[in-house]
Amino acid sequence: MNTTHSSSSSGGSGIGSGPLGYGNTPTCYFVMIGTKDNPIYEAEFVSVNTARASSGVAAIPDAKKEEFRHLNQFIAHSALDMIEDIQWSTNQMYLKSIDKFNERFISAYLTAGNIKLLLLHDAKSEDAIRNFFNDCYELYIKTLLNPFYEPNTIINSPAFDTKVRLSAKRYL
Amino acid sequence: MLQYTQKRVHGIQDLERKLNELGYRVGIRALDLLVWRDKNSKRETRVLGMLYFIHTTVWKTMFGKQADSLEKSTENEDEYMISDNDPMVSKFISVPKDVSQLNCGAFMAGIVEAIMDGCQFPSRVTAHTVPIDGYPLRTTILIKLDKEVLEREEQLK
Repeated sequence: MNTTHSSSSSGGSGIGSGPLGYGNTPTCYFVMIGTKDNPIYEAEFVSVNTARASSGVAAIPDAKKEEFRHLNQFIAHSALDMIEDIQWSTNQMYLKSIDKFNERFISAYLTAGNIKLLLLHDAKSEDAIRNFFNDCYELYIKTLLNPFYEPNTIINSPAFDTKVRLSAKRYL
Repeated sequence: MLQYTQKRVHGIQDLERKLNELGYRVGIRALDLLVWRDKNSKRETRVLGMLYFIHTTVWKTMFGKQADSLEKSTENEDEYMISDNDPMVSKFISVPKDVSQLNCGAFMAGIVEAIMDGCQFPSRVTAHTVPIDGYPLRTTILIKLDKEVLEREEQLK
């Protein structure tokens, strides 16, 4: 069965040709990046709240989705530079919308241990995203407290994944 | 914990290093946890703010009281000291004469080092015993910041 949800730790392998546009599917791409710029966790959500409004849209074929996935990773990485610039000027944790790509926005949240939580999304309310980030930070701390979890490594736990998706459904 | 490490090392330096590593693991987790619990807290971006955070919040949660003093060394720009008159870690350990060099404060030093590293202030952290009248166990933790931290402080000023 084709995988339409990606919660695997490594994204695709090849590079697709540049997409013409994102189409109308309102997906959000969430990634947690460790201190050495290594991705610790990534997930894609189809946003339920805005999907209801555009319910007449045909689904994007899976091949195109693969391309979008790679592009999402590139966008996230380029946003890291922006974060590094900003992080010393403010001591806030929630850095709101730090970058824009075509019509997508990128919001970031920087934890005390220098883990970066990035979210690629269409226009969304800041409060919702802040709540989502806070939830994810709490889940991350709980994972961190596990003595068998080595900090800065990939989070494979299915329980973590379920909880993140649940939180995304609530807030996004 | 001490006995565990003692069985696995050959020498005092190694023992201190192992305690340091154990403290490091604790420190990483402590940092995020404490910042989260302090609900309105922000990230620390300045050295002094960071040290103050360690000096008060961290010590309070770990040992039930604030550290006894936070000092800036007058000799070098990049050295700071946090002192504890009665470290809980060393209180109940009796050190035999042949390992008299051992300072169990290495564990506390590991915790501090992890917190500094986590906030992007890489530094060398060591523990020294400086007995004073009335407080034979007084331990000082010496924090020596890396050069890049100082440069960044300069730019931020």
